Amino acid sequence: MNGGSSAEQRRAMLMRIFLPLIVGVVFLFSWHFAVRFSRSDLFPTPLDVLRGGIELFQKGLLFKYIVASLFRVTWGFFAAVLVGVPLGLTLGWFRPAFYAFNPVIQVLRPISPIAWIPVAILWFGIDDTAPIFLIFLASVFPIAVSSMAAVQNMQAVYIRAARNFGLGGLILFRRVVLPAALPQIITGIRIALGIAWLVVVAAEMIAVNSGLGYLIIDARNAGKRYDLVVAGMVMIGLIGLGLDSLIRQLERFDEVKWGYGQR
Amino acid sequence: MDKDKPVIQVGDAWMSFEGKTPSQPIHVLERVSFDVRPGEFVCVVGPSGCGKSTLLNIVGGFLKETRGEVRVEGKAVNGPDPGRIFVFQENGVFPWLTVEENIGFGLFSRPAEERASRVTHYIQMVGLTGFEKCYPRELSGGMRQRVEIARALAAEARVLYMDEPFGALDFITRLKMRSDLVRIWQAEHKTIIFVTHDIEEAVQLADRVFVMSRRPATIQETVVIDLPRPRDLDSPGYLAARDKIFAVMGMDAHGGGKPAINKVSEFIDLQNV
Repeated sequence: MNGGSSAEQRRAMLMRIFLPLIVGVVFLFSWHFAVRFSRSDLFPTPLDVLRGGIELFQKGLLFKYIVASLFRVTWGFFAAVLVGVPLGLTLGWFRPAFYAFNPVIQVLRPISPIAWIPVAILWFGIDDTAPIFLIFLASVFPIAVSSMAAVQNMQAVYIRAARNFGLGGLILFRRVVLPAALPQIITGIRIALGIAWLVVVAAEMIAVNSGLGYLIIDARNAGKRYDLVVAGMVMIGLIGLGLDSLIRQLERFDEVKWGYGQR
Repeated sequence: MDKDKPVIQVGDAWMSFEGKTPSQPIHVLERVSFDVRPGEFVCVVGPSGCGKSTLLNIVGGFLKETRGEVRVEGKAVNGPDPGRIFVFQENGVFPWLTVEENIGFGLFSRPAEERASRVTHYIQMVGLTGFEKCYPRELSGGMRQRVEIARALAAEARVLYMDEPFGALDFITRLKMRSDLVRIWQAEHKTIIFVTHDIEEAVQLADRVFVMSRRPATIQETVVIDLPRPRDLDSPGYLAARDKIFAVMGMDAHGGGKPAINKVSEFIDLQNV
């Protein structure tokens, strides 16, 4: 840890706790008074949102919808990791594979998962498979592309050193290529999880009848319950934050720490 | 192995790279010939960009000569070999492995017990005891080069190819690394080809110094340095060898460069390297 007087450390601590707290409080008050002064009938104040959230919780819907959304993200995202990492590593390592498949990937990649919604409904109907497929599509490309780039941008000296010690083939791949690429792969996975969480909400607005995305669209359609709409939005934000800090734990392992500069 | 038979034999090696157009290849090496005896410490010096590293990469098996013959330990070089380990300037230590895992890297096919004892031995030899569990990012540049040297030694490399291994280190660290390398070389009887652009470094380390010309480069002169080690950097023999290399490279050691060089020698002497 960095040295320095305890007074200095205490001040840094206060800054890290109080500055965001002040911003949060100012934000909530501005929101509250903006709604009051505009005399909006529909848009909720922070307090309305809190009450709405409690209502959802008491009905048992909040937990149910969170689980439904997380369930879809988990499946779609893990399928994307299982496909994307090996795919990206293969394309990064074998030139012919790269030349053959990279153009297709680069064409498919910019197509928004939202554009796939009609196709997904056509193929999978409106059960859980369609949103899982959309999440898979949304997250597989960032994972594959970052894994590919990780291998291609790897420092040549590691490969040369490994070859010098007689490593080749799969052993070279497992002992050098994979660990050298791992930090960047994890970064890709982290980005992909963020995207997956964005997409689950969009997918649930159309394709299913549960989950946080469904909650938002349903609360609006059935009685313009904007307090529930915003409560759903807040939950999405909080869970997204939670997922990101969870996956960031991966970056703390000693085997990959070297890849993230000085932190 | 036969004591007198050269370990490394390079006969009339040429090297050119593809240029911007196929009709204009870039000639890097021309008519390079030399032998290195077992246990010999050879330094290669020359102007920057002359092809010193290219030559080392050819001997090391990472590049294929355009023409000529390169034989190491009696066989034509056909790729890198675990018995001949390259030490890179940019440091090829694996950042995801600890010091001891790095040093044991080349021993993956050995029994765990042998691996552990060799690792311990060479950690001690390069002076990294206490840092076994550290990761390279927690070490200084000099310590990382020590790890790389230990990794080569632990794998029982008979030949070390060192490509400006101390080039990125600060002055004082370089001096310490040089004296430690001489100590290790004397203890381990390795054959070493050491590429450097630093003439002082070459004269301190080598049995023979190959002075290369500008591109397309060849060995312009071989300077034999028959001085006992550790070398007295103010001895007439040392200064004569140094001045000779300067002269071959077309520089006057007694011109503008002299005061700085003298200071270096005095400094080294004080440090008792």
